Amino acid sequence: MSYSRRALQKVRLPTQTGLARREFLQLGAAGLAGAGLLSACSPRPDRVQTSAHIVIAGAGAAGLTAASRLAQRLDGARITIIDPRVRHLYQPGFTLIAAGLQPARYAVSNTGSYLPRDVNWIEAGVAEFDPEANAVVTSTGQRVEYDYLFAAVGIDLDYDAIEGMDTSLIGQNGLGSVYHSPEAAAATWRELDRFAETGGDALFLRPATEMKCAGAPLKYTFIVDDILRRRGTRGRSELTYAAHNNVLFSVPIVSEKVRMLYQDREVDTLYSHVLKSIDPGARRAVFDTPGGEVERPYDFINVIPPMRAATALRNSPLAWTSGPYAFDGWAEVDRHTLRHARFPNVFVVGDAAGVPKGKTAASVKWQVPVAIDHLAAELAGTQSGSRYDGYTSCPLITRLGRAMLVEFDYQDNLTPSFPGVIAPLEELWISWVMKTIALKPTYVSMLRGEA
Amino acid sequence: MQELDPGVMLAVLLEMMGIWFWLLGLLAVIGLVSFGWLLVRERALVASRLVRAQAFALLAGAGALVLMAHVTKSGFTDAGGPVDWLLIVAIFAGGWIGGTILIYALMGWWPHIPGHERLAALFARPPPGSLKRSSRLPSGRAGS
Ligand SMILES: Cc1cc2nc3c(=O)[nH]c(=O)nc-3n(C[C@H](O)[C@H](O)[C@H](O)COP(=O)(O)OP(=O)(O)OC[C@H]3O[C@@H](n4cnc5c(N)ncnc54)[C@H](O)[C@@H]3O)c2cc1C
Repeated sequence: MSYSRRALQKVRLPTQTGLARREFLQLGAAGLAGAGLLSACSPRPDRVQTSAHIVIAGAGAAGLTAASRLAQRLDGARITIIDPRVRHLYQPGFTLIAAGLQPARYAVSNTGSYLPRDVNWIEAGVAEFDPEANAVVTSTGQRVEYDYLFAAVGIDLDYDAIEGMDTSLIGQNGLGSVYHSPEAAAATWRELDRFAETGGDALFLRPATEMKCAGAPLKYTFIVDDILRRRGTRGRSELTYAAHNNVLFSVPIVSEKVRMLYQDREVDTLYSHVLKSIDPGARRAVFDTPGGEVERPYDFINVIPPMRAATALRNSPLAWTSGPYAFDGWAEVDRHTLRHARFPNVFVVGDAAGVPKGKTAASVKWQVPVAIDHLAAELAGTQSGSRYDGYTSCPLITRLGRAMLVEFDYQDNLTPSFPGVIAPLEELWISWVMKTIALKPTYVSMLRGEA
Repeated sequence: MQELDPGVMLAVLLEMMGIWFWLLGLLAVIGLVSFGWLLVRERALVASRLVRAQAFALLAGAGALVLMAHVTKSGFTDAGGPVDWLLIVAIFAGGWIGGTILIYALMGWWPHIPGHERLAALFARPPPGSLKRSSRLPSGRAGS
């Protein structure tokens, strides 16, 4: 199966109308589109009276959005959110940090600042999910019972799975890793900044697991290419992108476009190469390939580790027990409602959900309202027709100043928000503008339940 | 597909611009009200003033582009397709039209602003530092 299908999924609410093609008027708003700004125009639904206790595990993008929206939608509910992390990380900003365009603090804020007043925050991790008993146990031993659970614990970055990898060395000797943290992204930039002065062999890759924002490894390759060109060292450099399977992106039409662009930018592509081990001292990376192990030297590398569902969820009854999502422990949910297949009072939203697409912040924006609509309908004794259809939007940076606004759904169809205005496979400034100025405000508004 | 929700737009714009949203909004309101009031008072558009305002406002259009380039860490040289050129024209036009309204209103109301003569003199007179320097020159305006 292909692991690279990422998605900004889109809700189909029963009341919504079709896309309004007021194309010229849309132009001004277009800069905000890919940031997930399109929204159901229907009026806010009535609040639902309930005394239910709702527990949210994880206060990242999905958990905070769920907290805000639950507080808006439910009247009288007791809402508890559990997460040990005090700093909130705006992860889509990591790429801009690693491109030298933003400082590390650009991606850092306070979890508490997004929490609605009535939401109770337990600053601990969930150590155990016990859905049979409708309870979770925290890392401090506290047992918290719930009527409904939103599991939004996200992803674990499994750096240990790469032999020889040491995250404390990120930012030294050509070793970069944009995904690790804002600080690592900044350290990666410092290393890139140094590397770009001389040029050399740069190596890019992605893991063979599901991953958040599968466009990010591709973007960073384009960014490095552009920076080397601006510094005049591209001629002395070799850029290589190692794909884990036989495509560059899981949506065929996008994969083909990226292949064409890489050819144009003279980026070498390797297929079916999965990073196995690394020797940071000697600057050598070893890949597993169908023909055996292949070693490649590098002067600069962007290591992206295998990704799995957060440990507590992976080891719980909430994970898939068979099929492609079982190995890494993604949660077994209905792909259109995000409701757990075996525990109907559990919803899993965000990166931890075991659905084919949807490991982006933009997906969260469309997943959470669907899940909440189903919960609210159940509490009100009605039915919800909300559906999450796999809409994905990825501003794929192709050089500093330009990006392609790639939007697609579960079926790999392109689903442009502005057909005839913003061409999805065209490198455009407007898409870059969106990524640099509209995405973060939209994300923050989403956390507050306003977008 | 969804439509654009004005409430969502507002929330995002507020988040994006912070205090600038209110400052620019206030400026736009002041500009529009004083422009409208001027029109009512004079019962006509003064052609010569409009042309001068339009000419000065070209700078505001250019300023809008520079500001956009600054905040997006890019520029109009990055334009890659027709929609980018439309966006550039829209940004320029926004600055130019807004600038025209503001400058036209300012020029129209200028004689009615209390103390405008002193203000004008302040702008006309060289600042004290340059006064000193220019006084050393034989043709300095120090005595003016
Ligand atoms: C480099 C990079 C670039 C990206 N680019 C984009 C982009 O351009 N566009 C886009 O839309 N998305 C992008 N993303 C993806 C986006 O950031 C994620 O999809 C999004 O944050 C998912 O939200 P989440 O809540 O599921 O996970 P997270 O935001 O990661 O939050 C998970 C939370 O769960 C907590 N947690 C974990 N385990 C436990 C536990 N046991 N108990 C309690 N709490 C726990 C964590 O502390 C964390 O706060 C990017 C991500 C990265 C890393």
